[in-house]
Amino acid sequence: MGETDALLSAHDISKSFFGFKALEHVDFSVRRGEIHALLGENGAGKSTLIKVLTGVHRPDAGTIVLNGEPVDVRDPLHAQKLGVGTVYQEVNLLPNLSVAENLYIGRQPKRFGLTHAGAMNRMARALLAQYDIDIDVKAPLASFSVAVQQLVAIARAVDMSGSVLILDEPTASLDRHEVQLLFSVMRKLRERGLGIVFITHFLDQVYAVADRITVLRNGRLVGTRDRAALPRMELVSMMLGRALEAVTEHGHRAPPAAGTAPAIEFSAYGLSRSVAPFDLAIAPGEVVGIAGLLGSGRTETARLMFGIDHADSGKATVDGKAVRITSPREAVRLGFGLCPEDRKADGIIGDLSVRENIALALQARRGWLKRMSSREQAELADRFVKALDIRTTDIEKPVKLLSGGNQQKVILARWLATEPRLLILDEPTRGIDVGAHAEIIQLINRLCAEGLALVVISSEIEEIMAYSTRVRVLRDREHICDLTGAEISTGTIMRTIAASEGAGA
Amino acid sequence: MMSSRLTPFFATLVIFALAYAVCVFQFPNMASTRVAGNLLTDNAFLGIAAVGMTFVILSGGIDLSVGAVIAFTGVLISVLVSWYGVHPLAAFAIALAVSTAFGAAMGAAIHYLEVPAFIVTLAGMFLARGMAFVIATDSIPINHAFYSAVQKMYVLMPGGGRLTLIGGLMLAVFAAGIVIAHYTRFGSYVYAIGGNRQSAELMGVPVARTTIGIYALSGFLSGLAGVVFSLYTSAGYSLATVGVELDAIAAVVIGGTLLTGGVGLVAGTFFGVVIQGLIQTYIVFDGTLSSWWTKIVVGILLFAFIALQRLLVLAGDRGAANRKTA
Ligand SMILES: Nc1ncnc2c1ncn2[C@@H]1O[C@H](COP(=O)(O)OP(=O)(O)O)[C@@H](O)[C@H]1O
Ligand SMILES: [Mg+2]
Repeated sequence: MGETDALLSAHDISKSFFGFKALEHVDFSVRRGEIHALLGENGAGKSTLIKVLTGVHRPDAGTIVLNGEPVDVRDPLHAQKLGVGTVYQEVNLLPNLSVAENLYIGRQPKRFGLTHAGAMNRMARALLAQYDIDIDVKAPLASFSVAVQQLVAIARAVDMSGSVLILDEPTASLDRHEVQLLFSVMRKLRERGLGIVFITHFLDQVYAVADRITVLRNGRLVGTRDRAALPRMELVSMMLGRALEAVTEHGHRAPPAAGTAPAIEFSAYGLSRSVAPFDLAIAPGEVVGIAGLLGSGRTETARLMFGIDHADSGKATVDGKAVRITSPREAVRLGFGLCPEDRKADGIIGDLSVRENIALALQARRGWLKRMSSREQAELADRFVKALDIRTTDIEKPVKLLSGGNQQKVILARWLATEPRLLILDEPTRGIDVGAHAEIIQLINRLCAEGLALVVISSEIEEIMAYSTRVRVLRDREHICDLTGAEISTGTIMRTIAASEGAGA
Repeated sequence: MMSSRLTPFFATLVIFALAYAVCVFQFPNMASTRVAGNLLTDNAFLGIAAVGMTFVILSGGIDLSVGAVIAFTGVLISVLVSWYGVHPLAAFAIALAVSTAFGAAMGAAIHYLEVPAFIVTLAGMFLARGMAFVIATDSIPINHAFYSAVQKMYVLMPGGGRLTLIGGLMLAVFAAGIVIAHYTRFGSYVYAIGGNRQSAELMGVPVARTTIGIYALSGFLSGLAGVVFSLYTSAGYSLATVGVELDAIAAVVIGGTLLTGGVGLVAGTFFGVVIQGLIQTYIVFDGTLSSWWTKIVVGILLFAFIALQRLLVLAGDRGAANRKTA
């Protein structure tokens, strides 16, 4: 507080949703002529803070000050009028309107009291030319790629920002060239004295443009620092919430006996705008931990391996035979399984019973014509409820009534029932209580001892260390390197994640 | 892509041309301005109400109160004129003020109470129809010099057809509707809300003001349709114009507007009304067909248009997917 040239600041902001505290006593301010990076893991409250600043949400407590005056931002329109231009995280444009209309809605030039489409289209072309975009501005926005749509949203926000520009993860679907273009625009605006708030998951981008950095974690302010005085390593530990001195060195698992031939190999496998081409060979009994910040390409890698997205480069082989993983169905046929990150959305079917949820993947693999009888399903479910120690009063209970950890085990059971050779687990312990957490890790260890190959994605570095035979580190959508043996330690993993581009591991 | 957005409108034009060709082939007399003039006059109230409905549907909403508001306005006018001796022009002004306020109130309920438009306007429909009954159950005739004078006003078209005042009024309303939809900020807000209400809000579109404005406009035009209907029939009757809102919705959809909102043209609705009028005229010329055939043909056309829009949406999605991987 009391910051001298703060343009827009928030003081002691709190905001809850249905009792869930998304922001608690957060202070934040952006100065004239600075690019201020707002960082934090997923769910830290970054977008919520932006929405409070721009009148989408009303804060439960706290004040917002613009140019030294307290303001009550009523709605996004009011924020626009105050000179705050915003690109929200969910690119919020109107697919059915033309590009020009999207850029100028509410601000259309007028002639004789009516909107003047000709002038508006000319202005739109001129505006987009600054971003090297030459498109038909009269065409509906829906007819262009996501990247173009994102650039249009940015151009619109920049054009409207009299004093403050806020960009919430604007680079998510942009390629390198487009990102550079955006940065040069941001630098130009900074010279003009605008204050820019920039949210991203890419540390290289933060260090390329930001002047100051604010980190949020679990709805609380961790701190605001000058970029120049904040080494990457320290930034990563601020984001992950682990003090450096407290880094503990865990033991790691021994890699499988030498000479085990890799069962599954991906070479130069990649998809542009998603993950840079990577090589990955996985042997039976091996657990490959995937570490990296959110947005580093972890989930994207899993989606590619499981055929949800289609690789546009490289090839995959199983037992030395080339395969094409064109769909999850195909992946399941090859003996792959995936427990997705968001099990509510992608995995569990809450209203179906434990039995039905467990039988689902095996049934799908057999084909729907060869229906499993209820008795067969019940036997299967009973076996796994016992094996994985799933706590449920009976197997006919709807899965949604189980606790998070037990739901996760049900999904695991579903895939294990198909007797897969490769199981990909994306954040297997998210949202699970501590006890269940330890059990899942034990389970993972047991499974790979039985010869299953596992790829486990997790943001918990300790967890990765606890089960991985090898740790693959990802950064900015690239697979950076593998850590094995003694290299697997919190310190090394964090240093590798934080290392700047080109500096190597 | 632009063309794919306009495809339903072009389909409407083609159907209109076909329908017209069939009519003229069967009954060459139908190609006269006389028939055209009558068609405009007979469908004037429907056309005016359909313009309001177009804005409502473009915004992703629906207005089921239209027919009831037309009847209510008609009853109100006839009572004011015949029982209380109010001059028709003053009665019109009162009726329009009431119907506009009624529409605005429904818009406010839809926005602030976050109740679906379907429910709010359904309630509005019962309310308006009920109030019409409370005022008068029987048909009330209007005998006023002003009415006879207005009914005699027309412009003679080449070929002897008469463009009556109310027919001309409908054309003027369509012209105004086109200007509002495409040459005002309000119009762009309507399309924006129909495209995605939440995005529109985040982009700074005044959603509250626009939603109220849309239903107020529909209320006003329903009131105007009531005025026209009153001039057309010289009476007010609480049981009149039952289901006109459905004819209006049909005209909007046959005119190429997407029922889910965001895409469509006011001009399309004009052809939607005229196509319905053509079918009716054909049946009158034929003389043996039941008038219910109008409903049947309209039903088939509605199905065809909804299927066409669905196909275009699917094709559009596939196109978008291809672009993403390209
Ligand atoms: N409208 C909302 N209703 C309920 N919970 C919300 C809402 N918006 C955000 N949250 C919750 O608040 C937390 C912070 O979310 P968000 O600000 O989007 O995080 P970030 O942008 O840092 O990833 C999340 O746990 C999210 O689920
Ligand atoms: Mg966010």
